[in-house]
Amino acid sequence: MIGLTHYLTVAAALFVIGIFGIFLNRKNVIVILMSIELMLLAVNINLVAFSAFLNDLTGQVFTMFVLTVAAAEAAIGLAILVTFFRNRGTIDVEDVNVMKG
Amino acid sequence: MSADLSVILPEAALSVFAMAGLLWAVYTGKDRAAPTLLWATAAAFVVLALWIGWTGSGTQRAFGGSFVNDGFARFAKVAILLSAAAVLLMGEGYMARRGLLRFEYPVLIALSVVGMMVMVSAGDLIVLYMGLELQSLALYVIAALRRDSVKSTEAGLKYFVLGALSSGLLLYGASLAYGFAGTTGFAGIVAAAAGAGHLPLGLLLALVFLLTGLAFKVSAVPFHMWTPDVYEGAPTPVTAFLATAPKLAAMALFARVAHDAFGGAAGDWGQIVAFLAVASMFLGAVAAIGQRNIKRLMAYSSIAHMGFALIGLAAGTAAGVKAMLIYMAIYVVMNIGTFAFILAMERDGRPVTDIGSLNQYAAREPTRALAMLVLLFSLAGVPPLLGFFGKFAVLQAAVAAGMTWLAVAGVIASVIGAFYYLRIVYFMYFGEEREPLDPVRSPVLSAFLIASAVVMVVGVANLFGIEGPAAAAAETLVR
Repeated sequence: MIGLTHYLTVAAALFVIGIFGIFLNRKNVIVILMSIELMLLAVNINLVAFSAFLNDLTGQVFTMFVLTVAAAEAAIGLAILVTFFRNRGTIDVEDVNVMKG
Repeated sequence: MSADLSVILPEAALSVFAMAGLLWAVYTGKDRAAPTLLWATAAAFVVLALWIGWTGSGTQRAFGGSFVNDGFARFAKVAILLSAAAVLLMGEGYMARRGLLRFEYPVLIALSVVGMMVMVSAGDLIVLYMGLELQSLALYVIAALRRDSVKSTEAGLKYFVLGALSSGLLLYGASLAYGFAGTTGFAGIVAAAAGAGHLPLGLLLALVFLLTGLAFKVSAVPFHMWTPDVYEGAPTPVTAFLATAPKLAAMALFARVAHDAFGGAAGDWGQIVAFLAVASMFLGAVAAIGQRNIKRLMAYSSIAHMGFALIGLAAGTAAGVKAMLIYMAIYVVMNIGTFAFILAMERDGRPVTDIGSLNQYAAREPTRALAMLVLLFSLAGVPPLLGFFGKFAVLQAAVAAGMTWLAVAGVIASVIGAFYYLRIVYFMYFGEEREPLDPVRSPVLSAFLIASAVVMVVGVANLFGIEGPAAAAAETLVR
């Protein structure tokens, strides 16, 4: 029988993978965008699991908002990335380093 | 339903204004319409601030308690609107000379201000998240407004990645709070926490994640990494905006979540906030010492100031919230004046940010140098200027709440921090002669600089009467 705890464990694992994807990733910025998406989806699993468990629709309403905002966020992130690529000619994480200190 | 709508009328009016302005600019002159739109937006901010300040009274709840219009929200909204209007007007000349005055700029500022107004009125986790994201998404874009500059786009990218990370952390906390309290309303979360006598483990985790997300937004140490880079890379008028209204809104939201949603657990979050405050004050004071770039220096300065404002919050009392509101209001006025000075720093028509270029500034522009001196002394917290009274209020609240060690740490940090402000004064008055900056032609920038300095001196008499509204605002939040 799959209960609430299983869903929460999966969500927590996905969330942590997302955070590690942002910090340990040395390749390129697209991977960071995917990690952010992973974090938001982990939150959605949490919300839907709680919503089913509590017999309360608010969590699913919240999920809809999160999905919408995640789409807007991805669009803005990609747009900024495109302008960055035009100036710098690369999207490697190691090259996002003009300013330091 | 219509009663609900009347509560969100200011926010609704501003969003309609922003969208109508966008359509109007696209169909008429595009960027030629930008100056008109910018002045109209600033006028709309001022009108809304007067409207909210004069007509609002009591506490109204709309949409089942998810949107709250109380004294606290109104105080924050008036301050946000007025500072945003001031920053818009200050930046016009700078943006126009560099071809950055696009019509999207005032529209995006208006949208982010709508987000901030929703944030400070949130009575529900969903509303909190939507307001925060509306604000952040608009700010990511304006940080990268200078599309052809590596620095500006890099600032936008860094701001976006760390901002999205913080939103994710906040959201994870919100999902846990929903699961363990059974509701997303702040009233329900407080009730769930109070029922158990102490904070259940699930809600404690939720609290930690929510505070982490909010600490990113107010740029408290250890979540401050984005601040110096974003401040340096973004165009200076955008930096001025980032340093004022969003900081105030995030701090108000911090107080709202701490007191409205977790009011019964002040002992739990008080420790976390006190740690954030001490770390921010000391890192802000020490890391700024090595900075030569005045925009980076202001970033570390704002980190330190957020630390002081958090002291007021850590006290966990109504007096603490009142001190925090007064501190933030004074901080915003000081920053508007300081950025009016920075915006005018040019050599051969190009912006200069090196503090070494200010050498012997006083010999050429005595009035402006004197005004900047007053502002820097006030930022450092030297009595008898207004900045000192802001610091005094938060330290007093901490002592009254039995956190003397926190107040002592605050005093030590402010002494360390005074060094880098006074060094700029030293350069201006006693530095070696170097290639001079261009003479300042913009009367708007000089007016804002001098007005802000005058406020720092004259305000000592009665703080311009903001003490009463701030106390009333704090009373409505802390029950």
